[in-house]
Amino acid sequence: MSSRIERVSGRAIVLDGNDLDTDRIMPARFLKAITFDGLETHVFEDDRRALTANGGRHPFDDPARAGARILITGSNFGCGSSREHAPQALSRWGLQAIVAESFAEIFAGNSLMIGLVCASVSAADLERLRAAATDPTREFSLDVAGLRVTGGDVGAAVRIPDATRAALLSGAWDTTGLLLDDVAAIDRTAAVLPYVRGF
Amino acid sequence: MAQTLFEKVWDRHAVRKLPNGQTQLYIGLHLVHEVTSPQAFEALRVRGWRVHAPRRTFATLDHIMPTRFERRPFADPMAETMASALEKNCREHGIPLFDPSTGDQGIVHVIGPELGLTQPGMTIACGDSHTSTHGAFGALAFGIGTSQVRDVLASQTLAMSPLNVRRVDVRGRLGTGVYAKDLILAIIGRLGIHGGTGFAYEYAGETIERLSMEERMTLCNMSIEGGARIGYVNPDRTTFEYLRGRRFAPGSDGDAAAFARACAWWQDLASDPDASWADRVQLEAAEIAPMVTWGINPGQSVGVDSRVPHAAEAAGLAEALEFMGFTGGQAIAGTPIDVAFVGSCTNGRLSDLREAARIVAGQKVSPRVRALVVPGSQAVAAAAEREGLDEVFRQAGFDWRTAGCSMCLAMNADRLQGREICASTSNRNFKGRQGSPTGRTLLMSPAMVAAAAIAGEVVDVRTWVRETDVVAN
Repeated sequence: MSSRIERVSGRAIVLDGNDLDTDRIMPARFLKAITFDGLETHVFEDDRRALTANGGRHPFDDPARAGARILITGSNFGCGSSREHAPQALSRWGLQAIVAESFAEIFAGNSLMIGLVCASVSAADLERLRAAATDPTREFSLDVAGLRVTGGDVGAAVRIPDATRAALLSGAWDTTGLLLDDVAAIDRTAAVLPYVRGF
Repeated sequence: MAQTLFEKVWDRHAVRKLPNGQTQLYIGLHLVHEVTSPQAFEALRVRGWRVHAPRRTFATLDHIMPTRFERRPFADPMAETMASALEKNCREHGIPLFDPSTGDQGIVHVIGPELGLTQPGMTIACGDSHTSTHGAFGALAFGIGTSQVRDVLASQTLAMSPLNVRRVDVRGRLGTGVYAKDLILAIIGRLGIHGGTGFAYEYAGETIERLSMEERMTLCNMSIEGGARIGYVNPDRTTFEYLRGRRFAPGSDGDAAAFARACAWWQDLASDPDASWADRVQLEAAEIAPMVTWGINPGQSVGVDSRVPHAAEAAGLAEALEFMGFTGGQAIAGTPIDVAFVGSCTNGRLSDLREAARIVAGQKVSPRVRALVVPGSQAVAAAAEREGLDEVFRQAGFDWRTAGCSMCLAMNADRLQGREICASTSNRNFKGRQGSPTGRTLLMSPAMVAAAAIAGEVVDVRTWVRETDVVAN
């Protein structure tokens, strides 16, 4: 059984934009590996390089944001490829939660499997949280049980699907052990499927 | 009680309710490839677990495969490491591996169907988002991440929550020069790239019923680009005839009674006419033009006879226009291209190559264009070569390559350089997707890519095909 996740606290990092796909988060060339080790150094690598080349600075290159625990970003975060390398890289970078207007489904599922909390907020609340996070030293707190995120004097309700929330709170988000609790039930289900049994 | 196919298949695979309210769902077919599996096998090794159902698990090499013939070891040491790891893992756990020596190697979503592994009524999982392809058969097929690959290896099950079903009805006939690729791009354009979140898409209606299995695969393949993790078509006679006699299909040993029993079971799984769908939308096939993406996600597309939008029309468009180098309001036709890519799990099957070959036959690729055809599997390549399609492509100036994912995501040597712009039959036009961080992708049908390769720019393929040439419609 993995650890219970009831609350995530820490500083925030803000990333503007919607539909940030997993190719952006982790370009495919970094998938050429047989472990997830070191992925955190490549998170958003092409976006970071492009911004630096243009004289700008990506939030993930801002020293004031190093050590941030909560990412605040737009809608449909993590769309596209099912590569778990994307949430793995964000988690290994140090993030423990992502607060966004919405998430792509596979990304949210992959995040749960590694205990990275994905919480949705309304567009209006997202703007208030973004504003609160312009101060890089501000402490934020995401209460998984209470479904609320706060930062300074800004507080907002968050949505986490019931099953996801239950898994986080009980520590059952690392599922393999749970799935192996009743192997006989698995085999019973398979045995009556005609394509398993034989037509 | 009347049910959708989704509900029927889900119920038959539900093992038990989990404490958090999710369902433990049995997975009937687990497809494995080299990119998203090594960490999962390692997790099993660390915990001392075995693969629960190696006979329901099949592997191939696709993402990292070089598409110019290479002896082992591969020139790219990381590609070699990944291939070797998969070979070792499959050996240790007794999992069949369709490597190039078998003649069955290819993109996982091409070989599953062509070997008859993919069947109606199955639950199918693979560490790849385009697993939705297999929904063409009336299976519940969806992409998973590596931790879930570990779960399926260890238990042949997943912890899942059910999806709602949105029925997407398509009426009428697709026009000449308009294909399944154009249809799915139009659907995504209409419903949005996250419109499908929380839904399985059930594609239905007379247009869908008339599609071949390969066209249905193209359609279901890109469901995930609309946010729907699952897309499916109810099984029918077209499905059954496709499967008849395939190696892993029921009755392939000549047992006609077994095949008939399978067809009866499959037929029963189709959505009941009075089932209730959480949502229904309808499209008119005749209104769809050949589609071209102009932006940085698959929802940003227009008909080839249309203009790209202005930045002010919606949030986020400015970034896409700037990256692509387009000016709002300009016509998409006439956009010069540098590269033409025919292949991928979306459009790398025999019928796709035939449609492209029909356009390029007797023509020459524009001197400013680098063009390549990458068959989706060794079997597709062999069938195409038997028909002489390889020669048609070569004589036109295309490279004829060996099977793999290739320039869809550029994990091998096939990639864009700098800001090159590629007319591509693949499924994603995300920034950097084709291997160059500044490279640009225009998604379109194989016929449209073929025409663009010849013209050196985006052209309307409808002016290139005569009615009588088009058999698909």
